[in-house]
Amino acid sequence: MTAMLEIKDLHATVDGKEILRGLSLSIKAGEVHAIMGPNGSGKSTLSYVLAGREGYEVTKGEVLYQGKNLLAMEPEERAAQGVFLAFQYPVEIPGVSNTTFLKHALNAVRQHRGESELDAMQFLKLLRETMKRLGMAEDMLKRNVNVGFSGGEKKRNEILQMAVLKPTFAVLDETDSGLDIDALKVVADGVNALRAPDRAMLLITHYQRLLDYIVPDRVHVLAKGRIVRSGDKSLALELEQRGYAEFAKEAA
Amino acid sequence: MAVTARTREQVKALDKYKYGFVTDIEMETAPKGLNEDIVRFISAKKDEPAWMLEWRLKSFRRWLTMSKSEPKWAKVSYPPIDFQDAYYYAAPKKKPTLKSLDEVDPELLETYKKLGIPLAEQEHLAGVAVDAVFDSVSVATTYKGKLEKMGIIFCSISEAMQKCPETVKQYLGTVVPYTDNFYATLNSAVFSDGSFVYVPKGVRCPMELSTYFRINASETGQFERTLIIADAGSYVSYLEGCTAPMRDENQLHAAVVELVAPDDAEIKYSTVQNWYPGDEHGKGGIYNFVTKRGACRGRNSKISWTQVETGSAITWKYPSCILQGDNSQGEFYSVAITNHYQQADTGTKMLHLGRNTRSRIISKGISAGHASNTYRGLVRMGPRAGGARNYTQCDSLLIGDKCGAHTVPYIESKNRTARIEHEATTSKISEDQLFYCRQRGLSEEDAVSLIVNGFCREVLQELPMEFAVEAQKLVAISLEGSVG
Repeated sequence: MTAMLEIKDLHATVDGKEILRGLSLSIKAGEVHAIMGPNGSGKSTLSYVLAGREGYEVTKGEVLYQGKNLLAMEPEERAAQGVFLAFQYPVEIPGVSNTTFLKHALNAVRQHRGESELDAMQFLKLLRETMKRLGMAEDMLKRNVNVGFSGGEKKRNEILQMAVLKPTFAVLDETDSGLDIDALKVVADGVNALRAPDRAMLLITHYQRLLDYIVPDRVHVLAKGRIVRSGDKSLALELEQRGYAEFAKEAA
Repeated sequence: MAVTARTREQVKALDKYKYGFVTDIEMETAPKGLNEDIVRFISAKKDEPAWMLEWRLKSFRRWLTMSKSEPKWAKVSYPPIDFQDAYYYAAPKKKPTLKSLDEVDPELLETYKKLGIPLAEQEHLAGVAVDAVFDSVSVATTYKGKLEKMGIIFCSISEAMQKCPETVKQYLGTVVPYTDNFYATLNSAVFSDGSFVYVPKGVRCPMELSTYFRINASETGQFERTLIIADAGSYVSYLEGCTAPMRDENQLHAAVVELVAPDDAEIKYSTVQNWYPGDEHGKGGIYNFVTKRGACRGRNSKISWTQVETGSAITWKYPSCILQGDNSQGEFYSVAITNHYQQADTGTKMLHLGRNTRSRIISKGISAGHASNTYRGLVRMGPRAGGARNYTQCDSLLIGDKCGAHTVPYIESKNRTARIEHEATTSKISEDQLFYCRQRGLSEEDAVSLIVNGFCREVLQELPMEFAVEAQKLVAISLEGSVG
């Protein structure tokens, strides 16, 4: 079976500084991978490069997504093709309700896919069902996108968006950071509920803790812009015990 | 994206400016230029009473003395206007006396269809009574019968002069006197037509009254005159929407709107203004120099202005409230969007004369391209305005780095117990917001439209339902080409 996502020798710079230095990674459909690494190792840069953020310049290498050149696509095209990024710092949009935002997003993606747009009633039905499944309170819908949300609420909101948009490939950028244990469980349950044979996920995290709740198929250690070790979930535990310093040395 | 994507397609189909088409209806036009004979011609055309002609002539003579007092203080620039190089009267030739929509010129109905105003459907579906002003003369009025039963008069002002001349005479020019300012004086001399509304004591008008103005003849200045009187204890909501076809010549529009609210009366006046803004190089477009003012004459009266200004090359407009009655309230909610080379200098005046008068100003200015957007507002607390309060919020949003936003508040207080609050912000659409939206599948333009609609929400939600949808579409259309 060919990989859903194939990253080959990826080099990327931000403000002229090289952050990713030959990163390679292959993720198959149905798999959940975790990338762990110290601050500044390039974790967030990887997520932005995959999502197509401006200012993150790929200088070498390629990324194939479902056999297509992902790097040639505009951010919204990638979203339409099923790429989703759960942001480390979800952005506030004043005056736009969560419902409105999600409806626009879903219909934009559906339109790209050649599917019919959902009307208000159909959409609300879908949204209510999804929220119920995720155990989220409906009052979140009327509030403006991330405005005045607590850290935990923002992260849960990302999971809600993911559940509604049903991506094929999702990157979760430090979705666990700043969460208390209850919020972490909600997020993990949401992610686990979305695990499916035709869907792949990449978890970016600092801590092993998240992986107690979302058990990954593969764990990778990122240091200085490259993957220095890969293994199964036991690698995360090893990392927790020994710390990143040793791996960073290996990368040097 | 549902609405904006569809709208964009329609716009493309109509060659950039959605409403840029010209209906070929034979015009009956006064000769070019402006003199006493033209004023007499207009008055005669309308079969006006003698006092009306006298008032027009008085205004015209006054205007002649004002030729050097064209307002210059606004932050807008344009070449001098040659007032002799324009037509002051044009009317559709078939003078209809209509009993139903079937009698309306089919071509005219087709125009309305393109504008998305299916009159026939509107009558049934929306519950909106439409007094359609096509160029200068009203040609179709619906729902008149229903309103008449309640004693509500809703017709063109020319018609009102035949029907209830005493009421017109009693109120016309009492809120905006014929001497008020250069453009108001010009309007008083040559106004072509406009709407008239009278709501009797204690009557709550059961539907939104709506007029669609449309400028259609090349080089025809439009001088609308609207007068709305809501008698004691009554309520009326009035909608004004405007579109104009594409033209290269600059067209002058100088309207006057007067509102009168005695004791316990309430008037809500909403505008969506989408006249031709000129092309992306700043060529053409409407000059929109408007005087709008409401008088809260009685106790507990209320006047609320809501405007969404997206069109016109130049907008010069300050819908104001004279808060004379004790406990009276004035509101001004405004969205002004300027793109390309558009210029807007708009705001309000809240003149607090009575005790415990309250006013609220929410202004949202959005500037893109090379445009200039100015909020200019006056809050004045008179010596008698004990306990009066004002709250003002002015937010500006910039898109790109070649546009400008300016906030010019004038605050005067002659009463120590009056309270005035003013808040102002200026912001830009952030890269973070754009990327976040695009990652969720929205195109850059849709993202901008969503973010801007969010920015304007406090104002847009003040609009009646049917206008709110139209306004959201307009926001998207007017910002096209502002990013990327």
